[in-house]
Amino acid sequence: MKSAIIIFPGTNRERDMAIALERASGQRPAMLWHRDSALPAGLDLVVLPGGFSYGDYLRCGAMAAQSPIMAAVRDFAARGGHVLGVCNGFQMLCEAGLLPGALLKNASLRFLAQDCALRVERADTVFTRGFRQGAVFRATMAHGDGNYFCDAETLARLEGERLVALRYADANLNGSINAIAGVVSPNLRVMGLMPHPENSVDPLVGGTDGLPMFTGLAEAFATV
Amino acid sequence: MPPDKPAMESVPQLAPDEAAALAQRFGLKPDEYARALAILGRAPTLCELGIFSVMWSEHCSYKSSRVWLKTLPTKAPWVLVGPGENAGVIAIGDGLAAVFKMESHNHPSFIEPYSGAATGVGGILRDVFTMGARPIANLNALRFGDPALPITRRILDGVVRGIGGYGNCVGVPTVGGEVNFHPAYNGNPLVNAMTVGILKADRIFTAAATGVGNPVVYVGSKTGRDGIHGATMSSAEFDADSAEKRPTVQIGDPFAEKLLIEACLELMATEAIVAIQDMGAAGLTSSGVEMAGRGGMGVVLEMDAVPQREEGMSAYEMMLSESQERMLMVLKPGQEHVAEAIFHKWELDFAVIGHLTDTGMIEIRHRGMIEALIPLAPLESEAPLYHRPTEETPRQPELGPVADPVGILPALKTLVAAPDLCSRRWIWNQYDAQVGGQTAKRPGQADAAVVRVEGTKRALAMTTDCTPRYVLADPEAGAAQAVAEAWRNITATGALPLAITDNMNFGNPEKPRIMGQFAAACRGMAAACVALDFPVVSGNVSLYNETEGRPILPTPAIGGVGVLEDLAQAVGLSWPDGAALVLVGDTAGHLGQSLWLREIAGREAGPPPPVDLAAERRHGDFVRAQILAGTVLACHDVSDGGLLVALAEMAMAAEIGAQITACGDHGFWFGEDQARYILAVHNAPAIMLAAGPIPVSLLGYAGGTTLELAGLGAISVAELSAVHEATLPKLMEGY
Repeated sequence: MKSAIIIFPGTNRERDMAIALERASGQRPAMLWHRDSALPAGLDLVVLPGGFSYGDYLRCGAMAAQSPIMAAVRDFAARGGHVLGVCNGFQMLCEAGLLPGALLKNASLRFLAQDCALRVERADTVFTRGFRQGAVFRATMAHGDGNYFCDAETLARLEGERLVALRYADANLNGSINAIAGVVSPNLRVMGLMPHPENSVDPLVGGTDGLPMFTGLAEAFATV
Repeated sequence: MPPDKPAMESVPQLAPDEAAALAQRFGLKPDEYARALAILGRAPTLCELGIFSVMWSEHCSYKSSRVWLKTLPTKAPWVLVGPGENAGVIAIGDGLAAVFKMESHNHPSFIEPYSGAATGVGGILRDVFTMGARPIANLNALRFGDPALPITRRILDGVVRGIGGYGNCVGVPTVGGEVNFHPAYNGNPLVNAMTVGILKADRIFTAAATGVGNPVVYVGSKTGRDGIHGATMSSAEFDADSAEKRPTVQIGDPFAEKLLIEACLELMATEAIVAIQDMGAAGLTSSGVEMAGRGGMGVVLEMDAVPQREEGMSAYEMMLSESQERMLMVLKPGQEHVAEAIFHKWELDFAVIGHLTDTGMIEIRHRGMIEALIPLAPLESEAPLYHRPTEETPRQPELGPVADPVGILPALKTLVAAPDLCSRRWIWNQYDAQVGGQTAKRPGQADAAVVRVEGTKRALAMTTDCTPRYVLADPEAGAAQAVAEAWRNITATGALPLAITDNMNFGNPEKPRIMGQFAAACRGMAAACVALDFPVVSGNVSLYNETEGRPILPTPAIGGVGVLEDLAQAVGLSWPDGAALVLVGDTAGHLGQSLWLREIAGREAGPPPPVDLAAERRHGDFVRAQILAGTVLACHDVSDGGLLVALAEMAMAAEIGAQITACGDHGFWFGEDQARYILAVHNAPAIMLAAGPIPVSLLGYAGGTTLELAGLGAISVAELSAVHEATLPKLMEGY
C-alpha cells in the first residue's frame, strides 16, 4: 500500500496515523507538507489526519481546505483516488466539498475525549472491509466540533444511498444528526469520520479495535 | 560580528523621588532598591527599574525559598541535569532521557481561569521543549475551594477548559493529575502544570550563551502589552481589587505553540543553536539576562528589531511583556539563514534582535538611545536572599477514640461520592489523553499514567501527588508523605521511580508560621527523597498564596517519573474475576486527618498518618519485584479514604465485585496508614511466602457483582459507581 499523510500547520495526529498504517501494511507512509502542490505518483491512499489545523480559529478545517495541496487532493479524488479524513481531516473534507455536511460544535459545548462505540453500517468499502457488516467496535474520540449536520435533503440522500458508513452505536455524545460518525462519497472512495481508530491498533496501547480499518486498507491495496 | 554603533546617548534617568515611588509600586523593598542604586551608581531609567523589579521578584529570584531549596537532594547516577535549568533531565536507558518539570499558574488562574490555566500549560511545555525534548505528556495538580460555592464551579470550569483547550490543540496528551477541594483555596486556587518530554541524552540544549558577536534571535509570536509585571503580580498577596489585575494575565495561543514546538525541534536537529531559552515569566528580561549571565557574557538587545503586535511600545514595555509562545536563542555565526528558513516554513516571526558581547552588561537600545545598561553579574550575585524567620507548626494532639456514627458500608457510599474521592471522569473527558498514540494507562486505569516511549518497549510512569491536609497538620510528615505517595503510585504500575519535580505552593513567607511550614516541608521531602532514591531535578515555588490574609493549605505538589523497561509488564487497577486479594503493609487504623474523619465524623483533627520511609522502601521494592516477576494481576496503593475505598476503586475499575473475609472496625477500613498496597494475584500463599518479613495478609477474592464484607453485608459495584460518577456532573452541569 502506497499511502501519504498530509501535514497542515497544527496537525497533531499524523504520527499516530503513520504508526497505524505502517503496523497494518508494513510500509511507511509519505509525510507531505500542505504547501506541496503535487502528490507523489502511484498513491493508493491519501490521509488527512487529526489535529487543530490553523488552531481551529476559523471554522475547523476551513483554512486547511484552501491549502495548495488540497487542489491536488481534489484532483486525486476526482480521478477515483482513495482519501481518508479523520477528525480534523473529516472537517477538511466537508469544507473542501469532497463530502457533504458540516461538523458543528458538540451538543454539550464541551470538548469530548472519551471512547465511543461505532457500528459498521456498510463493510463493502476499502475503509471498512476489515470489519463485519453490523459489527460494533470501540474507538476514542477527541474533538470539540464533531456534531455532524446536514440539511434534510442531503440526509435523505445519505441514508437512501447508504453513504453512512459508521454510526455511534450507543450514546450519541456529540449530538450528530442520525448519530452519524462517518460518511463515504457515492463512489465509496472518500471517507470521513470523527473518532480515531488509529489510536486502537496495539494491544498494549488502547487495544486493537481500530486495527481492522488499517489491515483492511492494507489488504485492499496489497492486491492492486 | 556586527560593528558596534557609535556611542549612543542614554535616555534620562528617573528623578530620585519618582524612582523611589515607582520602585515601591513595582514591588521592590526599600533595601532592595538601595542595592539596585548601588549596582548602577546612579538613578535608574524606567526600563532599568523594571528589569531590577522583575528579576528580583519572588517569582524570578526565589529570594525567600532559595536557602531551603538548597537542602533538597538533587543527585543520582541517572540525573543528567538537576535544578537550575529550564527543566530536569534523567537518563531512562537506551541512550534516551526524560525531561520534566512542574510549574504553577495560581494567581493568573484565579483572575482569569481559562487563560491562566491555558498559559500555565503553554509555559511548562516551553520549559521542556526548550531543552530539546519532544513533549509526550502533560499532567496537572489542581486545588479548588469549597465546591458548594458558585465561584469554585466557575474557576474549575475555566481551568479545565483552559488546560484542555491548550493541551488538546498542541497535541500533547493530558494523562494524569489530581484534584482536591478545600475552603482554604476559596480565593486562591492552585493550578500546577507538569510536562514530560523525551530526548536523546546527548542532545540536551541549555541556556548558557557563548561566543562574542553571536547573533541573538527572537522567534515565535509577536510581543504585545500583555502580562507586563505578571511576575510581580505573582509575588504579592491578593486583595479585594485583584480582579483589576486582569490585564496582567496573558492570552495563550496553542496553535502558535504547536508551530513553535515543531520549528524548534526541526532547528535543534541541525547544529545551528548555541543556546536557547523560552520567554516565560519576565519575558525578554529574564531570558536575555539568564542566557548572557549564565555564559558569563554581555548582550546588546535592539528593541526596534523586536516583532511587535502593537504600535508605539516602549523599551520598558517590551522588556517586561509576558506575551506567550516566544523563544530567544543564540545561533552560531552565519546560521541565521538556516533558522530563518525553518521559522518561515512554520509561519513564525524570526528576527535578529541583538548580539553577545564581552562587556558583562545587558544593554537595551531603542530608537537610537540606550534605555538600560546594567552589569549582569551583580544582578544575579547581589540578588536579595532572605533567611526569613520560621516558626514550627505545633504538634497536633492525638485524636483518641472516635465513635463510628454511621456504619461501614454507608460510610463507604458517602466517601466514594465525596468531592475529594469522587470520579474525575467529567474532567478527564475534556482532556485528550490518547493523542500521540502511546498512552497505555490513562486516568482511572492505574495509579500512575503510563506512556510508552515511541519506537521502544520502554514506558514512563508519571503521577502528581500531595495531601495538603496532612501538610497543614504536620508539614514535615505531610511533605514526606507527598513524596512517598508519588513513589508508591509509580511503583504500583511496576515502574521504577526515578526522580521528582516539586511545586511548592505556600502562603506569605514573611509570616514565620508560613516560612516554618516551608522549611519543615523541605526537611520532610529531603528525608523521603534520600530514603527512596528519588531526587528532585526541577521545581517551582509559588508564595503569597493568600487572599485577604488567609493562606492556602501548604501544598508541596510532587510530580514523579519512573521507568518500565518493558511496557508489557505494567499493571493497572482492574482486577480479574477470581483473583486473590492481598494487602501489603501494616494497618494500625490511623484516623487522624483522614477523609473518613472529615466527611463522616465532621472533624479535621489529629496528626496525619506517620510515614515510615524504611517500610515504604521495603514494601514498595517487594511489590515492584512481584509485578516484574509477573505474579501480580492488578495493584493499587492505599491512600485517601483507606483500605475499603481502595478496594471499592479497584472493584469499580474492573466492574467486578469481591468477597472480603478480612474484618475490623472503622479504623481498619478507613484509616490512612501509609506504605500499603492491594495486590490482585493468582496465588496468595506464594506471595505471602515470598514476602518474608514484609506483612502480607489475605483480604478475600474478586468476583460477583457486589463488594461483600464478611458480617457487614454487601453493596453492589454498580451502585457504588453510580454515586461515584454522579458527583462532578451534578456539581458542574446540574444533572
